[in-house]
Amino acid sequence: MIVSNTGKYTVVSLLVNGSSQDIMIRSADTLLCTLRNQLGLTGAKQACGNGDCGACTVLVDGKPMHSCLLLTMEALNSGITTIEGLRHSPVRQAFVDNWAIQCGYCTPGFIVNGHALVTEHPDAEDERIEEWLQSNLCRCTGYQEIKDAIKSALNANNLLDSNGIDTAEQ
Amino acid sequence: MIPFNFDYFKPETLEEALKIYSSEWKLGKKVIYLSGGTEVITFARGGKMTFDSVIDLKGIPECTMLEMQGDDLVIGAAVTLNRLVESNHFPLLSKTVRTIADHTSRNKITIGGNLMSKLGYREGILPFLITDAIAVVYGPAGTEAMPVDNLAAAELAEGQFLTQVKVAASNLDLPFVSMKRTRSSKVGYPIVSLAALRKEGRIRIAFSGIHEHPFRSAVVEGILNDETIEDQQRIDKAIAKLPTNVTDDFIASKDFRKFVLNKLLTEMNAVWEGSR
Amino acid sequence: MHYGSRTTVGFAEQRIDAVEKSTGNVKYLGDKSFQGMLHAKVATSTEAHARIKSIDTSEAWKVQGVRAIVTGKTFPFPIGPILADRPPIAFDKVRYYGEPIAVIVADHPYQAKQAAGKIVAEYEPLPIVNSVEQAFQKDAPLIHEQSGQYTKLIDNVYPVPGTNIASHVKIRKGEFGKAWAVCKDTISATYSFNLSDHAAMETRTATVEINSDGRVIVHSTSQSPFTIKKIFNQFFNLDVGKVIVHIPMLGGAFGGKGAVQLEPLAYLASNAVGGKLVKLQFEREEDMMTAPCHIGFNATVKLGVNEEGKLIAGQYTFLIEAGAYSDQAAGITRAAALDCTGPYHIPNVWCDSYCMYTNHPYATSFRGYGHPELTFAIERTIDQFADKLQMDPIEFRLLNVIKPGQTTPTQSILTPNNIGDAAKCMTRAKELIGWDGKQPIVSENGLVRAKGVALFWKTSTTSTNAQAGAILKFEADGTVTLTSAAVELGQGTKTILAQIAAERLKMNVSDIHVTMEVNTQYTPHQWRTVASSTTFLAGNAVLAAADDAIRQLKRIGAVALQCSEEDLDVGNGRVYIKAKPDIGINIETVALGYKYPNGHTVGGQVIGIGVHVQRHLTPMDKETGFGDPGPWWSVGAQAVEIEWDESNYHYKIVKAVTVLDGGTIINPMTAAQQMRGGIFLGLSIARGESFEFNEQGVIQNPDLRTYQLMRFGEQPDEYIVEFVETPAEDGPFGARGIGEYGVIGAAAALANGLSLATNVELTQLPLTPELIWRTRRAAYDPV
Repeated sequence: MIVSNTGKYTVVSLLVNGSSQDIMIRSADTLLCTLRNQLGLTGAKQACGNGDCGACTVLVDGKPMHSCLLLTMEALNSGITTIEGLRHSPVRQAFVDNWAIQCGYCTPGFIVNGHALVTEHPDAEDERIEEWLQSNLCRCTGYQEIKDAIKSALNANNLLDSNGIDTAEQ
Repeated sequence: MIPFNFDYFKPETLEEALKIYSSEWKLGKKVIYLSGGTEVITFARGGKMTFDSVIDLKGIPECTMLEMQGDDLVIGAAVTLNRLVESNHFPLLSKTVRTIADHTSRNKITIGGNLMSKLGYREGILPFLITDAIAVVYGPAGTEAMPVDNLAAAELAEGQFLTQVKVAASNLDLPFVSMKRTRSSKVGYPIVSLAALRKEGRIRIAFSGIHEHPFRSAVVEGILNDETIEDQQRIDKAIAKLPTNVTDDFIASKDFRKFVLNKLLTEMNAVWEGSR
Repeated sequence: MHYGSRTTVGFAEQRIDAVEKSTGNVKYLGDKSFQGMLHAKVATSTEAHARIKSIDTSEAWKVQGVRAIVTGKTFPFPIGPILADRPPIAFDKVRYYGEPIAVIVADHPYQAKQAAGKIVAEYEPLPIVNSVEQAFQKDAPLIHEQSGQYTKLIDNVYPVPGTNIASHVKIRKGEFGKAWAVCKDTISATYSFNLSDHAAMETRTATVEINSDGRVIVHSTSQSPFTIKKIFNQFFNLDVGKVIVHIPMLGGAFGGKGAVQLEPLAYLASNAVGGKLVKLQFEREEDMMTAPCHIGFNATVKLGVNEEGKLIAGQYTFLIEAGAYSDQAAGITRAAALDCTGPYHIPNVWCDSYCMYTNHPYATSFRGYGHPELTFAIERTIDQFADKLQMDPIEFRLLNVIKPGQTTPTQSILTPNNIGDAAKCMTRAKELIGWDGKQPIVSENGLVRAKGVALFWKTSTTSTNAQAGAILKFEADGTVTLTSAAVELGQGTKTILAQIAAERLKMNVSDIHVTMEVNTQYTPHQWRTVASSTTFLAGNAVLAAADDAIRQLKRIGAVALQCSEEDLDVGNGRVYIKAKPDIGINIETVALGYKYPNGHTVGGQVIGIGVHVQRHLTPMDKETGFGDPGPWWSVGAQAVEIEWDESNYHYKIVKAVTVLDGGTIINPMTAAQQMRGGIFLGLSIARGESFEFNEQGVIQNPDLRTYQLMRFGEQPDEYIVEFVETPAEDGPFGARGIGEYGVIGAAAALANGLSLATNVELTQLPLTPELIWRTRRAAYDPV
């Protein structure tokens, strides 16, 4: 059983971007708060704190989640991936290439969610893309370029799969 | 950020959960069970809820199972909405919960959390209301089964918590309709949400969004199954028999909710017609 | 002017901030923390209008970690950008639900928040003014009893004491009364909508630290670093030079971060803890309920035509809902008046534009500064009038479109240089949307397709001395660091300025290093990053700085190459002799001065400086509005095609067209981004965004779950953006401002299309299925 006492702080171990880290948290800390304040991983953004906007999206065992709606305590036995761990994601590059970034505040959340989508559903059709990406709000772009970016990453991914090698690197 | 501190426990058995509850409760602490936790975190952050101790049910196998057992589908209270959708044991349930919140949230929201929500929508209960589903709760008196209809937070005794919902296999694959309308965005609380199925020639139907709680009404169902009157009349008559205090708020006025319901029932009839 | 063939202006250079933003490495203000930093939280009013009887802080003080609690008594004076009418912390009275009544400083954010929840205020409730229409009534409760005594910070603000009118701006052009009497046909219509929100993804944040030597260090998510300095100087009596403001990149702003609200609160908080660094970061609900929002609006438009269908008289009554305090709504009231007609030539104009107080959160600038709002009213009226006159709405617009040689409502004379080609924009938008006058079209599945258009204009209503500066500092390798106070808020301004510098210096854009953050201690003054003014003002400043640098390079180059400065040219990283381009030297050998073989050095570092200030702008006359309020008018046309489902009243947006004449386009991709994002923002607001108040004046939807922004998949299926490029003689490479323009016609075009599809006149926002249903029921099935 996992227990964390209020007294105030508990030392726990968290597996983030492949490395395990010991941190001191309050039971009431959300994962978003811990990532940002304890681990300095500020790519996940606080924007609504309410699970409505997706700016804080991280992967928990590969699944996209709003890190503002997750207690750190709930994530202790899971592998967490943040935008900082997705530097080599084709989705990240696709956002750059497709002009899908303006103010950039929603961008990490979109890329993390998009990365999970492309990984889990390399053949995603419009309907699924929409279902997944409806979880993230963007106020600047109007979503067209984001859609283009996701689709281009899906295409590139398919290319990669069919050849078994990364043709883009050659 | 949650402005107060609390203790967090994640037990691995039902008994352990209850034991923690009792000991914390005896210390005069306010204890809550947590399943998905999205609503708890939201309310705690917004000052709508405080507590001293949290018992997370996600470590208890009974609460996380999702499988056929004999003639029943057993759904653990801590099963996430997306897991329900992906496993698709119960297509009506999959379709209904797929419209709750957004896809990312559905990786966290659990069916138990939705059923025990303090908000009035609880759309996840609609498929259960029309399949005579059984809620399994655990508490000081041991395991109990009750009709899912009785599952309002107020009905549970001190220390009791929902562990599972059971649906008879014979009810899983009936012809169904699940519909939802929102104010403008697709993601949002319902103006009207309904789930309906046909069993032995009769329509069973339950609603969310038009009243402070989701409901299934024998009177409304009776009218909707009365083949002696023609379709539109039946719908008008059914709507006249709705609970009197139809929700009237900024998401939709009372009259518009009734209008939307009318349209959805018409659409539903068209779907049934088409499938005949 | 001829600049020769261009190498970067006009090209789609990649945004210089894109890669860093994609990695999540960009540090927005909320991402920064410092050892020992304290945290502030506001306690807010639970009444919309009440006298404060007492504020009890004793329970809050018991929370561990609390270091200070500041109430309105600490600084009981009103501040403001135009009219000083708002105490930073409510004093004596609260005027909206959510207004700060105390600021708590604690070691940790959760402690401050916990303590804020324990502040107990006792109120004596006052009657609530819950709408702009109610505010305008003669016997309405007064929200500001002393409005006549407030300090005015700028011209053109006219409070009417004894009323809820914070400002009344008039336009009197020609003889409206006489013209109205002889009109062949007339129309009158009224429109309204509530306050709404900017909803930038990044909420507002500020930190303040007061050094022991009296320097005040501010970090803020602000579009107005120099306004913060000005306000601190005016109201806290601090030396301008001692207030140092840092602005990192912003996570969206949309005008909402032009207001100065958090900085004074953080200053008072820091002051209360001996000057320690204090951070105040709004949660979303505070950003929506406590921070300033988007104006509400009520407009009555009357238009009259002569026999030829030409508009000869227009009367406009605007009630701009400011909410509890006037802030920028007072400026918007003026901006809406001076462009009240839209881009139409109307010789006789009468406009009364009122800035109205209500007991709602206060409003500030929002992308378009009054123009999306007035355009909604004007363009809906134009459509209705065309219908009444049995004319094609586009033909009616083209017949009346304003042209060079004619005058604006303030009687500014238009020239081919200061206004774009509105007719050309309209005609092109007509082609792009496929307008054939045959609509609406009902498809087999019962869906109704219709198209709506809107024509719009806007001038940039800066202060008359608005200006920007730029510094181009040459590095040892001959590359350039560009510094200006233009704030990067997602619009791509840093990329644009780099392109302008590179073009003039004939360098690669990758050799221009741009400081992304603003630090007022070393960046030159810039008015603010608002009003679509940055490309124009800062762009011109960059050009001036480049010219200054070129002069210096030539001066040093002339020494090195033993020729006269006039013989030289600069480009491709070299200073060379014009007549013999192969004779020259690399810029890196002169960037820090030219060193002779014997070690003697002449010149020193090349630092180009440039400033650009607005020219010949004047305030408006109080009685007639006469004046030259803006430098140029960008014009554009938008069109929207919708598909409406008659059975459930929902609709989807099929196509959204924007054609803008913004002069020369510096970067076609960032410009297209701005236009797409602009029309998206306008459509999102028009479709579903509005604060919903209950009878107590409390917002019912203060979060992004119930206040519904357009989500992925709900945007138009297709965006089309095109530019007409009529160059502005005095803009950098012929550019005018474009930042706000994409938003301006969106609501109007959508409402026009929907009105056609649904066969009722839609006069309110947001255009929800329920609104359409109610409007149709009132028209066809009155109870």
